[in-house]
Amino acid sequence: MKIEEARNYHQIDAVIVGAGLAGLRAALQVAKSGLTAAVITKVYPTRSHSGGAQGGIAAALANVSEDSLEAHMFDTIKGSDYLADQDVVERFVNEALKTVYEFEHMGVPFSRTKDGRINQRPFGGHSQPRACFAQDITGHVLLHTLFEQCLRHNVLFFNEFQVLSLQIKDDVCRGLVAWDIRTGGLHIFQAKAVLLATGGYGRAWKVTSNAHANTGDGVALVLEAGLPLEDMEFVQFHPTGLYKHGILLSEAARGEGAYIVNDKGERFMKTYAAAKMELAPRDVVSRAEQTEINEGRGIQGQDYVYLDLRHLGKEKILSRLPQIHDLALNYLKVDAITDPVPIQPTAHYSMGGIPANLNTEVIKNAAGQVVKGLYTAGEASCLSLHGANRLGTNSLQDAATFGRIAGSHMTDYCRKNAFADLPAKPLEAAQAKIDRLFAGGKERHADIREELQVNMTRNMGVFRNQDGMLKMLAVIKELQDRYQQAGVDDKGLAFNLDLIEALELENLLSFSEVIVEGALARKESRGAHFRSDFPKRDDGNWLKHTLAWRRDGKIVMDYSKAVVIYPQYQPQERKY
Amino acid sequence: MAKIDIHVNILRYQPDSDEKPHWQEFAISVDDDSTILDVLNEIHWKHDGTLAYRRSCRSSICGSCAMKVNGRNVLACETPIHRFGRKFKIEPLSGFQIIKDLVVDLDPFFEKLKRIKPFLIVDKPLPDKEFVQTPEQLEQIGESTLCILCAACSAACPSSWPNSEYLGPAALLKAYRFVFDSRDDCADDRLEIVNDKNGVWRCHTIFNCMEACPKKIKITEYLSRLKLKVVENSL
Repeated sequence: MKIEEARNYHQIDAVIVGAGLAGLRAALQVAKSGLTAAVITKVYPTRSHSGGAQGGIAAALANVSEDSLEAHMFDTIKGSDYLADQDVVERFVNEALKTVYEFEHMGVPFSRTKDGRINQRPFGGHSQPRACFAQDITGHVLLHTLFEQCLRHNVLFFNEFQVLSLQIKDDVCRGLVAWDIRTGGLHIFQAKAVLLATGGYGRAWKVTSNAHANTGDGVALVLEAGLPLEDMEFVQFHPTGLYKHGILLSEAARGEGAYIVNDKGERFMKTYAAAKMELAPRDVVSRAEQTEINEGRGIQGQDYVYLDLRHLGKEKILSRLPQIHDLALNYLKVDAITDPVPIQPTAHYSMGGIPANLNTEVIKNAAGQVVKGLYTAGEASCLSLHGANRLGTNSLQDAATFGRIAGSHMTDYCRKNAFADLPAKPLEAAQAKIDRLFAGGKERHADIREELQVNMTRNMGVFRNQDGMLKMLAVIKELQDRYQQAGVDDKGLAFNLDLIEALELENLLSFSEVIVEGALARKESRGAHFRSDFPKRDDGNWLKHTLAWRRDGKIVMDYSKAVVIYPQYQPQERKY
Repeated sequence: MAKIDIHVNILRYQPDSDEKPHWQEFAISVDDDSTILDVLNEIHWKHDGTLAYRRSCRSSICGSCAMKVNGRNVLACETPIHRFGRKFKIEPLSGFQIIKDLVVDLDPFFEKLKRIKPFLIVDKPLPDKEFVQTPEQLEQIGESTLCILCAACSAACPSSWPNSEYLGPAALLKAYRFVFDSRDDCADDRLEIVNDKNGVWRCHTIFNCMEACPKKIKITEYLSRLKLKVVENSL
């Protein structure tokens, strides 16, 4: 039988992997043009982790203060510790206002000023109140609104599908193969254009704000396809993770005026960022927090400090920050109105990812040659907009804006190109992954994942050094070996969570090696990547992007992809 | 934090081997500050990998992990076990077909949502910037936009159980959310859709949905306002 006649074969113009903000915004753009767009997602679309974003979406609307595109651009570049590509930042700030107004026209229930305009609040690293927000559920309402508009425009959804291989030959992406989680079985999707919008890779850490789903699947697929990843060593630690759980308490708390204090009751940010205090960028605040903890000034000498909202008063807490109040109450039995909330740094955002150009086309080398028909946007991508450290509220804006840009370019590409033939035996690689796990060995994949996560939190956290990273590399190698003996308890086809988690673990083990190798090689401290043994930024040697491939079982690096820097935004010392 | 021994009964259904659902008890040791989701993970990762359930965000916002614990619909991720003592039972949401263990088929739930045109429809010309919407106008819909589509409400609704055609509280709440949005131009259509024996009139103000809602949305109250609007509109 020919592939095209198989029951589980689909031919669709644009296939979008991931149903977060980037994926849905791209799908909407394609569908509105009249072409067919399908979203493949491992969870129901409204379960995507864009919904976990709380504080806001950045745009210099200037509704509550003087603001400008230039200011947004400079803040983003400075926040990135000068590793962001400035042409990307320029495009981003130029499109940001349009993105927010579009969302408002789609029905997003933004919080309002007294005169009925979109309200804005301060956020870390932004020089003006620039975060457009809906209470502290901004990501949730943006995600649901986009999902609604996708329903309106007949986007196709393949819910609960796990993508297992990309179909790329001769630098042309021809589609992908995915596992139907609900009933079991592989499906072939032949597509003219594929978007990888699979989100971040924070699940490699034990203490993380990320959802169970954030296992960097798209990133791992690209690596597996012989393509490079960019700047993977840059991972943001959010300073206000709920103690022990790691789940997010929005920076909006500090935007509204909350303090962070140590065991002595001191607002210790005065020592680290006297001008901006708690509203310094996240890398700065997380380092300050970890320093306090390391030097014994955590609460009762333990590994946490306090987020103190009490002075904001009950009314403000319940009207502006109700989710934060609920989370602290439900998870730690702490009422933020009357008591300070225990917090610790938590792995939060992946600055690195799949390298792409300004049109969101995936590139295969430092010269910028593209893989035709393959696109990426949102946290999975590295354009690089955020450089070495992202500012809060720039991520929702990034996902939506570059999601729309991706959708436009995919539409053009689909119009100009026919379906490319699938490679021979498209199912082979995916089937092999499934077969091996079903055949199974004695190792439990959950044990391997636990060891990876615990060690990543220990060795690849806010502060890094060569010894820890070399240990981490050895741990990863050992775990990769053990994974070869891993099996699953569940041999069934329907909703096999055991199988999905085992497949995800392969991804975690794969890209974690790139993170560590990249961090080991980068002998400087920049943004979220801080090395105790090389505590200074080194522009002379390291103002450049990392591209990393897996070749013959080894990670190889290329540093010839230069950072795009405009004359008016030259690197300066970064102080807050 | 200390370890405690607990006995958890879970309603199991493995479609490949089980003819019908059956209870299975797990005796395990967990941290005393565990959540229901922590317990499921502990069982799944350490004891029995065949256990199936949905979860993602762990922070009460994605809506994946609605299930029944001791007869009450909860989000597993935000629900501490101390509410239920050392022995409790977990089962899937009622009113939906079980796919496997705690995983139910929510497609009918999302299909119902589609029936009420769940998206803002604007006929007037779009402004260059945002629509003006006062805080008072926003207040009308604010709480309803908290809905995470977890289906805990619909699964708790006695009017939904015997009647698969009933739109149910979540879809009706979504209708409310758009009918009362000052920017929307499609209220008449939506009111006509919900003005049906399987629309708002099937809601008998039993309040189960409100009790089940993990976001504490006053669903019954909003549905009552929707009924009133239907009546006003048809006068």
